[in-house]
Parts: sequence; structure tokens; C-alpha cells
Amino acid sequence: MAKFLVFIEQRNGQIKKSSFEAAKAASDLAAKLGGTVEAVAVGNEIANLDSLGGFGVSKVYHLKNDALADYSPSAYTEAVSKFASENGSEIILFGATSMGKDLAPRISSKLDAGLAIDCVALNVEGSEIVATRPVYAGKALVDVKVTSAKKVYALRPNVFAAGIPTEVKAEVVVSSVDSPNMNVKVIEIKKAEGKLDVAEADIIVSGGRGMKAPEHFAMIEELSQVLGAATGASRAVVDAGWRPHAEQVGQTGKTVSPTLYIALGISGAIQHLAGMRSSKYIVAINKDKDAPIFQIADYGIVGDVFEVLPKFIEEVKKIKA
Amino acid sequence: MKIAVCVSHVPDTAARINIGADGKSIDAAGVTFVVNPYDEFAIEEALKTKEKLGGETVAISLGGDANKETLRKALAMGIDNAVLLKDDSYRDSLSVAKALAEEIKAQGAELVFFGKQSVDYDNSVVGQMTSELLGYNCISVAVSFTLDGTKVTCEREIEGGKEVVETSLPAVVTAQKGLNEPRYASLKGIMAAKKKVIEEKQPAASVNYVEVAAMKRPAAKQAGKIVGTDSSAVPELVRLLREEAKVI
Repeated sequence: MAKFLVFIEQRNGQIKKSSFEAAKAASDLAAKLGGTVEAVAVGNEIANLDSLGGFGVSKVYHLKNDALADYSPSAYTEAVSKFASENGSEIILFGATSMGKDLAPRISSKLDAGLAIDCVALNVEGSEIVATRPVYAGKALVDVKVTSAKKVYALRPNVFAAGIPTEVKAEVVVSSVDSPNMNVKVIEIKKAEGKLDVAEADIIVSGGRGMKAPEHFAMIEELSQVLGAATGASRAVVDAGWRPHAEQVGQTGKTVSPTLYIALGISGAIQHLAGMRSSKYIVAINKDKDAPIFQIADYGIVGDVFEVLPKFIEEVKKIKA
Repeated sequence: MKIAVCVSHVPDTAARINIGADGKSIDAAGVTFVVNPYDEFAIEEALKTKEKLGGETVAISLGGDANKETLRKALAMGIDNAVLLKDDSYRDSLSVAKALAEEIKAQGAELVFFGKQSVDYDNSVVGQMTSELLGYNCISVAVSFTLDGTKVTCEREIEGGKEVVETSLPAVVTAQKGLNEPRYASLKGIMAAKKKVIEEKQPAASVNYVEVAAMKRPAAKQAGKIVGTDSSAVPELVRLLREEAKVI
């Protein structure tokens, strides 16, 4: 019997999808290993915490204070580690989002617990959890076992399926956090207006040097918009200053696992392929038939991206109309 | 003020990765190792801070003798001193953080820079862990850094935007690409670095909580279908995405 705890990430009072994925993964593990699944959320007003019951969570502890509406590394670390200790939680799961990646290692330090971050699979062998995580930006994978009494896992977003929730509601227990530790404090959030992030997107439309000039990315943005996708970029075009670093996919950018990755004018340098090869479906449009991207693409058009892309946009618009 | 920068020595991002005979680590034969790319931003920020405010900089690396190459590079870029915490054996992130925290404490560094992650194990956790062990404040994945007295302000990348985060010294900051433009080592710097002594220390042993059971290759992806060679193939491509893959 193990006591599972899922950290529930909220932004603007809304639960992030990656937290449902982590909750479902915890429930699946608990079903195999035996155990209870609880969750902890930190914030002010948070909507629909009871819906976590639909993913197998029995009880959600809401640690509340209006100063905690936005992420504070110090306050969240203190609140979550104190709660997990007092509650006797043994296996703690996070989504490996930017918040999860910041917070999980701090919790791991505080609880003296081993951490497997950015997991893409969690399997049970005997009575042990074996976590699979990419290393070298996905050029290899390692299976790791956490051997400490307390264990922390952070799950790569978009990889674990949250599934369809049941109607079961979780019990929500609210407790207020007195004088949170605001030593490290978010004073402002600058939103990139209306833009989806490549790390979170189901579909990514990415451009490389084959796009020839920064202004041609307007076409990529148009296709992204029509598909409800995020815009990505190769290292070459980020280094050239055509696109912001936040869009870079690959070893020194973001490692992504969307359902659909569309590579336009990207030849597929090894460090780029490493960062996107786990995408479910890959489409490549490139005029060089020998481009490495075609070795991992599910569908390809060997042709001039400037000739193909406008037609692609037009066809997608038709079906989306 | 003492400024520390923690650096790791990793395979070049262009390197092909083959799995070693032990089935748990890579085969390093023929692989070029470099300064971890994110650590170059950390080194640069340490140097810029010293140039502005004075003080002393020290680079710390945990690993085998090969890591001296990376420390030498840090010295060539302008870091004052270098310490190698000599340990060739496998250590998990928390165990690395414990050794680094101990050395940072011994150095009395108030400001510590890390790269946001090493591009070998891709954990992106050692900076945060070290800060918690030291009781230092920490901002991870920073794309900007300003120090005003003891007040530290950084922008950090999050999904779809940036957070502006404020804290105070002592602090750990982990560097993301975009923080600065790392300088090239000058010839003079390279010559001077050759003469410097890299201090070697034995880090305290510590238990690993994360064991590598196996390293494996990702499932091979099969090359798919070439649908065509010009825009006349687009309707078929869209049909496949819609009906076969069911993704749009």
C-alpha cells in the first residue's frame, strides 16, 4: 500500500491538463501497487477541484491564500513539502511543466527523496515502479528506479493519457496557509499574446532555414492559426534571430511530443530530430529528398515549400470551414 | 562578492549517441565532449556580474579528469578559479547537488549560476536542488538577470510567456538560452588559463536514490509515405491526416 500524492497545477485558477494526466497515471499505479491517491493544490480560488475524482483522486487538499494565486517557488515549496511530510505522502507526482520542473526538484530536496523527471512511461515490475525518461534530448532513453523511501516523479506533458473522467467527485479539503514564504515572488506575468506554447500544443507547425527569410514565417503562423497549433522553429532560424528562442524545438530548445508535428523547410539536424521524434505523427515538406527529416516523417512531400504551403493552408481552411 | 558557477562536461549536441557495453550508459568512444551549452550562459553572466560589481568568480565541476577541459574553458573565458570535485562514479541529481552545495558553502559564494540543464541527462533539477540544500533563493530558467544591491530580478520562461521573478541574495540562478551572448575566450585568456591550477577535491560520498536499470534506444521510426512532389499532393496529404491519422 502506497500513499500517492498528485501536485495539481493551476494557472489563473484553472487546473492544467498535465495535472489530470498525472492524476490518472497515479491512479493507474495505485491500481497495480495498491494504495490511495490524494492531490494537493496551491492557490487562491481554484475551479473544479472536485472533478479530480473522475481521474481516481479520493481527496484534494487545497492550500489556500490569496498571495498564492500566482506561483511563488519559495511559498509553494514550503507549503507542498510541509503538507507532504505531515500527510505521510510517499509517492508524489507532478506534471513536468515549467512550474513542475521548478518545483519537483525543490520538493525532492526538502523530502530527501529521489526524483525521476520528465518521465514518458511509468511501469510496474513486481512491486517497483520503473520510470522511463529520455536522455540526450531523446537520442536515448533510460529506465530508472527510485530507491529512496519517498519518491518523486514528474511526467512529461502530453504523453500520459488522462482518459475520459468518470462522474465521481473528490472530497475537497480547504486549509489556509498562514504567512506564506514569499522570498521568491512572481511580480508580473508577461503573456505572449494569444500564442500557444510548443511544449503544450497538440499540433506544432515548425519552420526551418528552408523558409528563407523571417517574413515568410507569416505563412507558418497562418497555418498554425488555422490548425489551432503552436509555431515552432529550428535552431538555425532562432540563432539567425528570425524567431524567438521560446519557439525552438530540439536539444537546446524544447523537447516536444505533440500529436502532429509539421516540419516545413527543416532538413532535420540530429539535435532537432532528437527534440521532436516522439511526436505521434510527423509531416515533412522539404525540397531535398535526402533530408534526414524524411527518415522519421510519416507523410512527406518532396517539393518546394513555397509552392506547397499556400495550397496546404487553403486545403486545411476548407476542411475547417 | 564571491560568485560561483557550476559547469558540466557533456557530449556535443551534434554527437550520435551509442549505448555502452554496460547497457546503462553511453559509449563515449569517438564522442566529442564540450562545455554544457547552457553553462556558457551561466559563465557569461558570472563574468558580466563581476565586471560590473567586482568580486571573485569560481567555476565548480563534478566529474572525472576530463571535466578539467571544461573548467579550463571557463578559466579561458575569464573565470578566476576552478575546482574539480573529483568523482568518476555515477551520481544521481540529488547526490550531485549535495556535493555542489557543500563546495559552494566552503567557497562562501553568495551568488551561484548554473545552466538550466545539462544536455546529457536533461534533468534540469540540480540548480533548484542545490539552492534548497543551501537555503538559498532560486530562480530557474532565467532569460534576464539584474542585481541591484541584494535584490535579484529575473525573467523566467514559462508556457506561452514569461514570469518576472524577484528575490534576494544569497541566490541560485539557472541560465536559459537568451540570457546573454557568451563571449569567446581570447588568446590571452586561453594562455592565462593554461597556467592556472585547477584545485582538486574529493567530494563526500553520498547515496544514490535513482538507479539506472537500463539505457536503450528510442523505438525506430519507420520512414513513411512520400505523398508527392508538388502542391497537387496536398489534398491527398490532408485526406491522410484526416482519415488515416485522424489528427486534423
